[in-house]
Amino acid sequence: MSNASTAAPETMQWDSRARRMVVLYLPLACFLIILLFPFYWMAITAFKPDGELYDFATHNPFWITSPTLQHIRKLLFETAYPRWLMTTMGVSIGATIISLFASTLAAYAIQRLRFRGSQYVGLAIYLAYLVPSSILFIPLATIVVQLGLFDSPFALILVYPTFLIPFCTWLLIGYFKSIPYELEECALIDGATRLQILRQITLPLAVPGLISAGIFSFTLSWNEFIYALAFIQSSQNKTVPVAILTELVTGDVYQWGALMAGSLLGSLPVAIFYSFFVDYYVSSLTGAVKE
Amino acid sequence: MDATLTTPHWSKNRPEPGLLVRVFDNKAFLIFACLLPALGLLTVFLTYPLGLGIYLAFTDTTIGRRGVFVGLENFTFLFTDPIFWGAVFFSVFYTAVATIGKFGLGLWLALLLNQHLPFKSILRAIILLPWIVPTVLSAIAFWWIYDPQFSIISYVFKELGWRTTNIDFIGSEWPARFSLIAANIWRGIPFVAISLLAGLQTISPSLYEAALLDGATPWQRFRFITFPMLLPILAIVMTFSIIFTFTDFQLVYAITRGGPVNSTHLLATLAFQRGIPGGELGEGAAIAVSMIPFLVFATLFSYFALARRKWQQGEGND
Repeated sequence: MSNASTAAPETMQWDSRARRMVVLYLPLACFLIILLFPFYWMAITAFKPDGELYDFATHNPFWITSPTLQHIRKLLFETAYPRWLMTTMGVSIGATIISLFASTLAAYAIQRLRFRGSQYVGLAIYLAYLVPSSILFIPLATIVVQLGLFDSPFALILVYPTFLIPFCTWLLIGYFKSIPYELEECALIDGATRLQILRQITLPLAVPGLISAGIFSFTLSWNEFIYALAFIQSSQNKTVPVAILTELVTGDVYQWGALMAGSLLGSLPVAIFYSFFVDYYVSSLTGAVKE
Repeated sequence: MDATLTTPHWSKNRPEPGLLVRVFDNKAFLIFACLLPALGLLTVFLTYPLGLGIYLAFTDTTIGRRGVFVGLENFTFLFTDPIFWGAVFFSVFYTAVATIGKFGLGLWLALLLNQHLPFKSILRAIILLPWIVPTVLSAIAFWWIYDPQFSIISYVFKELGWRTTNIDFIGSEWPARFSLIAANIWRGIPFVAISLLAGLQTISPSLYEAALLDGATPWQRFRFITFPMLLPILAIVMTFSIIFTFTDFQLVYAITRGGPVNSTHLLATLAFQRGIPGGELGEGAAIAVSMIPFLVFATLFSYFALARRKWQQGEGND
């Protein structure tokens, strides 16, 4: 497919350019518009005054004539939004640190220490990723209650690694595989202990892998919904996605401006975080799939 | 003789390491210690709950009361419940239509992105956005787009003169189902496209050159080179996609909460509604457990049907 345009002879230059326009750029533009429109709509609603928001007859809904910060002000100062952001941030960072620690060690053991049956342990961890959270949340809720962690963010920090560890381990196994084994053998001959090898040779070389595992964990925990909905009851302990849906939707009249402002602000940290590391992200996503 | 005399010096230069260091350098112990955090967490918060969930499905546990074993009572009740069968139907329908849509459009987008394009890396980054952003938050945006009164789609259709009334997106049964499926496809396209793009880039250009020399048409090149080479990766991505679409919860919970009149309940949202706000943990667990056979079947089907070719080639890949 990719060679179709380059193979065209020169006499068909104009024709192939028009053709390329129709079969390539036009569909691509449609995809982009459809994929990005909800974000545009989210952003434009967040800054629109209520008067324009509900009056399509006199105002073009695609544009704002007098942008306002009233929805954002309402969100930040009249609701517990900053608190929700802090909770979500804390939970995501906590869960990310636990999962990175556990999955680095596990991936190192499976890929580098190589013991009898190590590939079965790897397979078991991979299968754990296929167990969806909507099957687990009811029994987990009873476990969380028994542990006395109901309504506590610590419950989320402990539970999130169940879907983060399989993914990170899988990703890091692939990463460790790409580091030459000879480096470790040299270190072993020089008398380094295995822990020294892990700390001083393997880990520094695996930093890009660790970064992408960290991004994955952070975004996945930030986006998690069903556990946070089931385990957290009190308003101040909720995470952003749950709080926007359960605390901002009040009564029959939806505050669309505030809802969209909340969604926009809740998406921004992940989007910014992701934009810094987008190359790691794409390469590890595609790398993980290729494994 | 000299050599034997110098050995004591050697051993002096390398003092015996401490007990802790030696324990941690013992391979068996180190393997155990390295696997303990990951396997421990997964056992306590994944394997055990999975077993507990299956057990709960056979009890009449409610919130605040330890249940007793009631055998198949939950299941016999569910099998006479039309809402449960409605949820089964919609889960299967939702998964089937959304998967076809996601993979059709995702493959198309991947083929487009595989061509020579300016700003390719920026394009890829932008396209992944719907997948990065928290699903619930984009679902709320869709809820607003589907608003019965102020829907932007209704506005555009009315401006263009295609319709005179607002479209009732989520107020009645079938439009609500298709609106949810559209939102799911929107969210799923980026992941499918970027994964398949990775697969496309591993296909060697020499295959296409050979096919061009043999006079293959673009369709033949797709049918006999691109598609077969893409099958292994397609199998994996599709298995994932089917599992996570079938057990989807967030989109439906955020946009319709199973309404109107329970017509858009997925098994996951029905399990939540009965189990957590309804308090019937046993019944909720039974609904959740009833997803497992579908998942096993879907996984086996997509994996065996699509990945067969890879085994035939005899690639030793884990």
